[in-house]
Amino acid sequence: MGNLLSTTFRIFSRGRRTPVATVLATAIIVGSMLLSARISETLAADDKGVAVIPILYVEEIRETLPPLSLLDFRAKNAGIAGAQLGISDNNTTGRFLKQKFTLEQVKGAKGDDLIAKVVAKVKAGTGFIVLDASAEVVLALSEAIKDLPAVIFNAGAADQRLREADCRANVKHTAASHTMLTDALAQYLAWKQWRKVVLVSGPKPEDKRYAASLRRSLKRYGLKLLGEKEFEYKPGSRRADGGFEQVQKQIPSFTQDLPDHDVLLVADEANQFGEYFPNRTWKPRPVAGTHGLYPTTWHPASELWGATQFQNRFQRLAGRTMEPLDYAAWMAVRSIGESATRAGSGDPKTLIDYMLSDNFELAAFKGQKLTYRPWNAQIRQPIFVATPKIHVSVSPQQGFLHRVTVLDTLGIDKPETKCTAFK
Amino acid sequence: MKSVFRSVLSLIAIAASLVVASANAQAYRAFVSNEKDNTISVIDTKTLKVIKTMKVGQRPRGIMLAKDGDWLLICTSDDNRIEVYDANTYEFIKILPSGPDPELFDLHPSGNPLYIANEDDNIVAVVDIDKGTILAEVPVGVEPEGMAVSPDGGIVVNTSETTNMAHFIDTKTNETFANILVDNRPRVAQFTTDGKLLWVSAEIGGTISIIDVEKKEVIHKITFEIPGINADAIQPVGIRINKDNTKAFVALGPANRIAVIDAKTYKVEKYILVGQRVWNLAFTPDEKLIFTTNGTSNDVTVIDVKKQRGYKSIPVGRYPWGVVISEK
Repeated sequence: MGNLLSTTFRIFSRGRRTPVATVLATAIIVGSMLLSARISETLAADDKGVAVIPILYVEEIRETLPPLSLLDFRAKNAGIAGAQLGISDNNTTGRFLKQKFTLEQVKGAKGDDLIAKVVAKVKAGTGFIVLDASAEVVLALSEAIKDLPAVIFNAGAADQRLREADCRANVKHTAASHTMLTDALAQYLAWKQWRKVVLVSGPKPEDKRYAASLRRSLKRYGLKLLGEKEFEYKPGSRRADGGFEQVQKQIPSFTQDLPDHDVLLVADEANQFGEYFPNRTWKPRPVAGTHGLYPTTWHPASELWGATQFQNRFQRLAGRTMEPLDYAAWMAVRSIGESATRAGSGDPKTLIDYMLSDNFELAAFKGQKLTYRPWNAQIRQPIFVATPKIHVSVSPQQGFLHRVTVLDTLGIDKPETKCTAFK
Repeated sequence: MKSVFRSVLSLIAIAASLVVASANAQAYRAFVSNEKDNTISVIDTKTLKVIKTMKVGQRPRGIMLAKDGDWLLICTSDDNRIEVYDANTYEFIKILPSGPDPELFDLHPSGNPLYIANEDDNIVAVVDIDKGTILAEVPVGVEPEGMAVSPDGGIVVNTSETTNMAHFIDTKTNETFANILVDNRPRVAQFTTDGKLLWVSAEIGGTISIIDVEKKEVIHKITFEIPGINADAIQPVGIRINKDNTKAFVALGPANRIAVIDAKTYKVEKYILVGQRVWNLAFTPDEKLIFTTNGTSNDVTVIDVKKQRGYKSIPVGRYPWGVVISEK
């Protein structure tokens, strides 16, 4: 029976083939057609012997302005592709352990029946939700399912408050928080001894949140913020022909009156102007923050720590390179899979407890085991400091020490936390 | 005629080794795969000097000898194939097929076939090294890595890095018959010479699982603790157990140390400091020396087994990965 399952899996999992393998595969396909009666028996047996663990991927559709660069448009399968890869990885293990993971997707805008749809699924037995949504929707959904045996994995919102004052016992975070990201960048700048910085931030609330997080990190790592400016912009037609002539003059004059500095930081979460700054500033200085040298949980070019095959698997599945949202969704699904493997169970309650226990550890192509912080359920992880083409470094930087784990030098630490939901 | 010639040669070698026996070590050759350089460094284990640098295919990792040490097999991962070289003349012989991204392999004790972990394809390929054909493909877990054939040739074990299992494959049927869960990111599998136990290292889990082959269950887990080294940096990978199964040596990755383990009590006796990010290691055939591959410091550390300490670093190519030592 197990072999039959293996065979069916194999047919769909193969990529490139040698001619010999093609012949073999053809033989197997023919063989499995002959055995189709047996296969349906196997599937029926699934209902009895195999634990089915359903996972729901939820996406809040948000209106955003188009990004500056054609390269930065959101992929159609953003996030969900990472969850799909996680399901495929889980099921390869699951077929040896009689566990089967399934994925369903729910999409909708805020204010419609998105939350009602999710609640209905949870009531029907789905215990795991991977969520890409704004902080408001994360909190609303958390409230809606708080008495049900289910947990949310926040894969999309970096907002600090979700890990602090607004933390919730039924929300885990595989997305890094803003403070984790900006601490990772600040550590690298401190290591480089680029201590004098200036900050240009955008007018949107998310820009301001990122800027606030940067200010905290600069202070924490002894960097000097010598000046700040807000960059106001009027959203225009991105596709207007030309534009560089004006930008080329606008950015130098905008940065001319800033005090001398080692690095110019930009906070542009909305992706509306940050890309204008590198190579256009009044003084020849590196740009860092949301653009230029930026901190990120995943880099599409990383081959560190055996990530090559992981990147290849994703590329084959999604038809594009992996982004941080895909990675966060993959980590969520793999956390569920890893817990199910180790705890030998598909029961949501058992797995949720296991994930917060000392026994839980996730291998996620970051060169060390990843765990959830017990005080706010944020996953700890090394963070890339990168340019769009390749990583420059990985934080925590050498020399920043911690009595528990150096990963806790990134983000709000236990003694400082305002989160009380896990006490 | 050729074999007579070889016997004469080996007689001469034995005679020569008797002469130099007092001078600590015999002259073997260590072959080191340099992952980033696409080269193999050949080291004379007596003079401890690199005597040859072979240009090979892209990203050489797994490396072993076949045909009584006359063939050198190399997994050239980025070329998706196994390259075969003459281990004596260093000349290219042929290419063996494999699936995509071969990383590690092991040979049946009879000398054929070869079992290859195809890391990008969740498949173990079984390859006839004489005919150069794929005999079978066995589906296993995600990112197959470590390979070990039992001393009696009955079982081949594969570890899968993301599925976190040791898959037991029957070499007669080429089907998996047991899947044993170990800790996170299993890398290397190694049988004791009596075939009773299987040691499996878990890089991220930071442990060695000892599996009872007959019972097919984990009977013990070895953990490591080094004062002043963060637990996250202790990442066991390469394992070598001596022929009488009394001592095991385990490479601990970025902890930059080799653990010396009593293979009967599983107690860690000592940590030997070596170069940076040590992945793999090999004994000389007389078990007097161990050579370790230190990825980030681009060198090989030579350990005196009796004294249990390193006494020489040999610069090789960039990111040395695997090592095998020839009797000849």
